[in-house]
Amino acid sequence: MLTVDVEKLLGTFTLAVHFAAAGGATALFGPSGSGKTSLVNMIAGLLTPDRGAITLDDIVLFDAAKNIDVPPHRRRIGYVFQEGRLFPHLSVRQNLDYGRRMNRRPRDSKKFERIAALLDIGHLLDRRPGMLSGGERQRIAIGRALLTEPRLLLLDEPLASLDAGHKREILPYLVRLRDEAKIPMVYVSHTPAEVRLIATGVVRLEDGHVAASGGLELIKDADADLFV
Amino acid sequence: MFNLSPDEWTAVELSLRIAVVATACALPFGIAIGWLLARKDFWGKTVLDGLVFLPLVLPPVVTGYLLLISFGRRGPIGQFLYEYFGIVLSFRWTGAALSCGVMGFPLLVRPVRLAFEAIDRRLEDAAATLGANAMLVFLTVTLPLALPGVIVGVVLCFARALGEFGATITFVSNIPGETQTISAAIYTLTQVPGGDAAAGRLVLIAIALAFAALVASEWLSRRAAIRFHGG
Repeated sequence: MLTVDVEKLLGTFTLAVHFAAAGGATALFGPSGSGKTSLVNMIAGLLTPDRGAITLDDIVLFDAAKNIDVPPHRRRIGYVFQEGRLFPHLSVRQNLDYGRRMNRRPRDSKKFERIAALLDIGHLLDRRPGMLSGGERQRIAIGRALLTEPRLLLLDEPLASLDAGHKREILPYLVRLRDEAKIPMVYVSHTPAEVRLIATGVVRLEDGHVAASGGLELIKDADADLFV
Repeated sequence: MFNLSPDEWTAVELSLRIAVVATACALPFGIAIGWLLARKDFWGKTVLDGLVFLPLVLPPVVTGYLLLISFGRRGPIGQFLYEYFGIVLSFRWTGAALSCGVMGFPLLVRPVRLAFEAIDRRLEDAAATLGANAMLVFLTVTLPLALPGVIVGVVLCFARALGEFGATITFVSNIPGETQTISAAIYTLTQVPGGDAAAGRLVLIAIALAFAALVASEWLSRRAAIRFHGG
């Protein structure tokens, strides 16, 4: 269970958001500039709210009143960025292994193989990120985040930088991820079709505020199918 | 042609030793200051920036003189080093390494700083979300990504140290076997009758060393670039 109740002044824009997300995949849905990315950055610990609190499964990650601010590297929250952000100086295998090495955990080849199979990336392990297609890069980024055994997975428009073909390539993996990995997900998107496929709950953001939250019935623009 | 006399070999060996030690000692400071200048805003940053680059624009003899009055046996720092650590720099090869390091320092810091400034900091955020603390982020992401710039800085600093003359001769003089580098030896040989042949040999060696340093840096940078962009 993730609860977020934060306020942050960003230039002239005020972000004031309150929501809770249980298991499954919660979509943060809204137009560009509604504060979605700033919000996930605050959950990850990359951006500090001015006021409020963030808790995950009874663990306080941030509480302005109590002066608690767990640094990002201790939050155990996986983050898949819009542009992948793979380390260009490391091979795919080293990218995937990065979290395990930083957390000094023993090698677990079974888990590694399971996730490599889930995302179908076994044949890419010895390549450099520079040699991958956009879709392959995003699959590696998802695998890299999953292998840190996160308590929560944040996905910030993971398909935004991909063309329609590559979007279609990634979507089934995201659905599989939701159903098989059993890690709660917060999925940022402004694309209704994407949200309808992946999300189990929806938080709709507008101008830095929660306009509505609930189920998939909040996604109405049935005509805006970007995958055609 | 390359039948160097023992004295000339000593000068070559000494030059290389001084340049290697100067560059190796300057490197950690160069990385730290390059990082500070690229990433941090602090009181006195402009002053630090100016101090680092001063040896590049000052007449070398001025830098050498400043080193002499501060690191000489009776200078404040020199006295401290001698009394507490028994270290003497003036008129020793270690002093030559200090002056060469100071003269090469701006050439080291500049590319290092530019390399740190060019790094996509979002990669550092990504490393943090994967569990890396600040130190590990620096060691596993920031520094490796800055490596091409660090290599360029090291080669420039090394080349500068190898050829340094003015500051070194002012600070530690020109003592054969102790502080007489290739440059100082060439200078001495041009001052005595019949020294032309020996000076010519050392000049060729100086050209060869400088050229080798350039080729090495080109090769290293290219290798680093291949590592980054696949190949």
